[in-house]
Order: sequence, then structure tokens, then C-alpha cells
Amino acid sequence: MTETLKMIEADGSAPSFNGALDDKALVYCYRTMLMVRAFDDICMKLQRSGRIGFSIPNKGVEATQVGAASALRSTDFFFPSYRDFGMALHHGAEPVEMMHNMFGNASDSARGRQMPVHFSFTKPLRFFSISSPIGTHLPQAVGAAFASQAQGKDDVSLASFGDGGTSSTGFHSALNMAGVWKAPVIFLCQNNGWAISLPSSGQTASDGYAIKAKAYGMPGVTVDGNDLLAVNQAVSEAAERARAGEGPTLIEAFTYRMGGHSTSDDPTKYVPAEELEKWAKKDPVLRMQRFLAQRGLWDEALEATLQAECAAEVAAAAKEAQGTPAPTLETIFSDVYETLPNHLRRQGEQAFDLAARKGDADAGGGAFPL
Amino acid sequence: MAILTLLQAVNDALHTKMRDDERVTVFGEDVGPKGGVFLATEGLTREFGERRCFDTPLSEDGIVGAAVGMAVNGLLPVCEIQFQDFIFPAFDQIVSEAAKLRYRSGGQYTAPMVIRTPYGGGIRGGLYHSQSGEAYFAHTPGLKVVIPSTPHDAKGLLIAAIEDPDPVLFLEPKALYRSLKGEVPEGSYTVDLSTVRTAREGSDVTVFCYGAMVPVCEKAAATAAEGGIETHVVDLRTLLPLDEEAVLDAAKRTGRVVVVHEAPRFCGYGAEISALIAENAIEYMEAPVRRVTGFDTPFPNTLEHHYMPDERRVLDAIEGVASF
Repeated sequence: MTETLKMIEADGSAPSFNGALDDKALVYCYRTMLMVRAFDDICMKLQRSGRIGFSIPNKGVEATQVGAASALRSTDFFFPSYRDFGMALHHGAEPVEMMHNMFGNASDSARGRQMPVHFSFTKPLRFFSISSPIGTHLPQAVGAAFASQAQGKDDVSLASFGDGGTSSTGFHSALNMAGVWKAPVIFLCQNNGWAISLPSSGQTASDGYAIKAKAYGMPGVTVDGNDLLAVNQAVSEAAERARAGEGPTLIEAFTYRMGGHSTSDDPTKYVPAEELEKWAKKDPVLRMQRFLAQRGLWDEALEATLQAECAAEVAAAAKEAQGTPAPTLETIFSDVYETLPNHLRRQGEQAFDLAARKGDADAGGGAFPL
Repeated sequence: MAILTLLQAVNDALHTKMRDDERVTVFGEDVGPKGGVFLATEGLTREFGERRCFDTPLSEDGIVGAAVGMAVNGLLPVCEIQFQDFIFPAFDQIVSEAAKLRYRSGGQYTAPMVIRTPYGGGIRGGLYHSQSGEAYFAHTPGLKVVIPSTPHDAKGLLIAAIEDPDPVLFLEPKALYRSLKGEVPEGSYTVDLSTVRTAREGSDVTVFCYGAMVPVCEKAAATAAEGGIETHVVDLRTLLPLDEEAVLDAAKRTGRVVVVHEAPRFCGYGAEISALIAENAIEYMEAPVRRVTGFDTPFPNTLEHHYMPDERRVLDAIEGVASF
């Protein structure tokens, strides 16, 4: 095992930084981190006030998300977990598109079928439709990576998951297969300390997660996940290897989930207060801020501008999404198959008929477009 | 037209589609140079190379999960699960991933892919080389479930499945792999999914069946005819989405229905056929629907011929509903 990669010191200096991201890119990364936080904040308020049903907070893990995203291209294939939407924002996904999903409204790309935070984008980046079961996207990332290679493209797949995900069947199947195939895939384990309420110590008896790479015949590296530059570098190196046909990499990023698993979770019941305090001092946003300040790229005025921009953008997004009607009844039956089968047509027509006869407050009119 | 076994017809379909479309990619356990444990993929690696037909680690969820990833990134995966009994580690990938992908992404991502797998008893395979798990999958919106019973249909349905925009579970009746021969056209052709096949015309009793039970039912129908009962035998061949109209028409035709499958009875596919008829055609029925099925037990080895519906049991049911 190599030493844990770290670049930004406590004082914000980064002597080993080689300029892989230019000044504009660095500030943009910081802006994405603030946007993640702004999106989280407003979602928490929307959830607590009963306007949306659920949300997944990202506070504490922004550097891992944005550091990884900034190392990859929009044409690469992102296979995210539900705590990764900073990757999508960084590649230009619109907050309003995400907010439509949070409300499950008619403009939601998933047409209100998924829970909040289960985003899916085909553009401006390939951000694969998020699944709730853990680890299922890992073998899929390997298949997509295989397909890229088979078609002569140099795109890589990124599979992102938490420490809990390493115990899933998909983790073993995917790493094993990727190793055998030398597939151009990057496995990013975000060791954020907790899998809902289970601490990392209850997840594995091995000495961390990166070491597991050895058994699958691939490099395993550890990185300070609260250090955006270090994550960017680790993922860049893994991507370079993958694009060169040298196969997969497992990256373990040490970070920390500073909030609950979700809005339905109360972490104060199981997270020791002193542990949270310790990690709060390592807040990845503050760390990046200090780095930018050291380089003369950050001041209070910039902070105020960025904060205001992000807050305004997510507020406008929330307003628009809240004002968008629910999906029509027809969307229950569409997209099950490419072509609506007769039995679903009949079931739909029965539902529309009942809504017409007995009334339905919010489903809207039902009719198949065909 | 060539006379092929059902197994050769499957192999012919794979060769045909792989020649037609370079996106078609075949993989699974032992499917490469060996050609599969039943030789369904024989010759594919030789003709198309290791990039198009290859072996995978022993990992069913990995195989199907990788297929989903390939399907969303430009390939047309046709993966094999060596025996349907081994498919359950991949249940999550089939049921929660492939089948739900179009729906959960609003059509942004789709999984055009085929999972081929031999199913059913009759080869002395015991509990874990004999099961008929179709009902687990026919309960899954977004998935298509196809079971051929003739060489002609095996080729035409498999090509249709590969060309289909949705994920298809293609269950191959291994008992018929080599025991059944028939005419198979050369070149590419399709048999439409979600259509039934009338295996035998009759006016007294209607038998619904699929896969390896079709020849059993045909034999029973022939024997019944000797006793004066004309049996209408319908090969369902696509269980999901089912051609419900065709089933109801065939049921109404005689008003006397027998449903036959190898799988256990409770919550089996026959229950759906029976309920469909009860809900939509009860006024046409002259007798209660009879089910002839495997028992509600695990699949036995030595006594498998007692477990699986045979001509004797099907004939008894035909006579029973005919005389009700």
C-alpha cells in the first residue's frame, strides 16, 4: 500500500500541486462545492417543511465528488451512488433538472417514478440512473467500460460507492471481472465512516478497503477525500491508466458524512459528538477555500458572490419545480416497455376511467398519447 | 430448409445475428472456446473472435450486471446463465436493474439485452439443474419472458429477442435441446414476441402449455383424439407480455381448459391463465380450469418422471374437463 495521497495542508498551502487544474477550473470546483451545499440546504428546508418527501445530504463529502468529477470528461460514464450529485452539477447538470426530480413532477426526467435524489442524465454528462439497492451499479460500470473499449473509444467508467457498498455482492463481482478483463473502470470507494448507522469498523475486518484491490489484481490507492486536489490527482492517474489499457483501479477516499444518511435519519443517536467535531474541523469546503486564498483566488467578496449566486439558483429551481404539476396518470404505464403492451393499455384505461367516473384530485387527466 | 435440433437452432440464431450485427456480444460461463456446457455457443469464438464471444468468471450477477452496462453503452449483449437454477444471484440485476431501467430513467437509459438460460427437468439434474423459474420473472414488469418449444421458433424468437428494445429472458427447454428436430429456415427471420402458436387444432378442450410441456401435451392430445376428444393445444411461447386476447379466444373456443407447466403449482403461471379466464371469459366456461403442474415441492432427482407432468397426467386432465 502506498501512502495516503494528500496535497492541501491545514494552512491551505499545497506544495506538491502541479497545476493540473488551472485557476479558472479551481474556482469552478469550489463553486460546485458551494452549489452542492446550497442544493442540500434548500432540500433540507423543503423536506422539513413537507414540500418534498426525502433528501440525502452531502455535507462533508463534496471534495471527493467534485475532485473526481473534475478529473473526468463528460463523455466518460458516471455510475453514481445517491450521494454523488456534485459530479453531475460539476459537468453542467442544471439544478432545476435535479429539483424536478426532488419534487417528482411532470418535468422530472424520471417522470416522478423514482424517489428524490435518484437522478439520471444522458447529457450534459453520462450520469447513470441511480438505483437504491447498493452495489448493483458496479458490475454495470464494468460492462459499460468493456463496451467503450470494444468500440475503440477511450472513455472510462467511474463507479462510486460508499464503504457499505464494499460488502455488496456487486463489489466482488465487479472488481473481480474488471481485473480479469482489464476494463477501463475506476472504483471510487468513498469511505465516509458510516453506512447508515454502521461504522466502518463493522463493515470489514480487513485493513481498510483499498487493500482489497490486491486480491483482484489491480492497484489500490488511498487518498484524503476531503482534499479536492488529491482526489483529482488520484482519479486522473487512474483514468490515465484506464485509457491506456492498463485496467482498473480501486481508490479509497477518506471522507466523512457530516449529516445523517438521509432526512429520515437521526445521526445523533449513533454518531459520537466528538467524532463529528473532529471532522468538522476538516470541512472540505473550508479546506479548498484556504487553498484558493493562499493562491490569491479567494476573498470575502468572491465568497459572498458565489454564495448568493448558488442560493439564488437553487431557490429559483425550487420555485419552478414546486410550481410544476405532477405527472399525468399515463406515466404510470409508459416506459415499462418501448411499446405499450395490450395488458398495460387495458389497465391504464381502467385507471383513467375510474379517475373520470369517481374523480381524482391530483392525478390529472389520463389518456395514452397513441 | 435444414433439419435442426432445438439446440442447433439456437446456435444458428446466434451465428446469424452475430454476422448481421457486430454489436451482438455473447458471454457467460464456458461459452467461449468450449461452446457452452450444452454447446449452444459452439463455434462462435472461432468465427467472431474473443471480443465477440468469451468466457466470464463464475459470477451470475456480474454477468447480468455487465450486460446491463454493455447495453447502455452501445452493445447488444446476449449472455448465458449456465442453468436457470443458477440465475438467482442475478435476480437483483434482472428484476431491479434491467427490467426497471427504462421506467426509472424515463427512457433515458434502456437495456436491450438477452439472457439465455436452459431450464426445466428431464435430464436427471435434481434440485439444481431442473427448475422452471419462469413465474418469478413473469411477475416482473419491464422484462419479457420467452420460451420456445420448436427449433423453428427457437431461432425466430431468439433473433426477435436480440432485436427487441427491452430486456428478454430467453428460457430454453433443455429436455428438448437434442430430442426434437424440425425444419429451420436459413438466414435471418423472426417470430414475433407476444404471439402464441396453435400447436394443434381442436374443438373440445383447450390446453395451454409452453416449452418442454408442448410435445407432452401434443402426445396427450393425439391419444385423447383416439378416444374422441379433440384437443386444441396452444403453445404460449411468450409468457410476458402475454397475448391475452389469443388466450381468451382459445379458451372460449372450447369452454374447457387445461393449463400445463413443469413449475410448482402455487402462484405458478397456470394461476395467471386461470385467473385471466375467470375474469374475462367465465360465461364461456363449461368446466373448471384444471392445472397439471409440478408438485409444490423442490424438484426431485430419481423420481423426476413422477414430478414432471407426463402424457398420462395431461390426458387424465383432458378427459376430466371434457367429461365435466
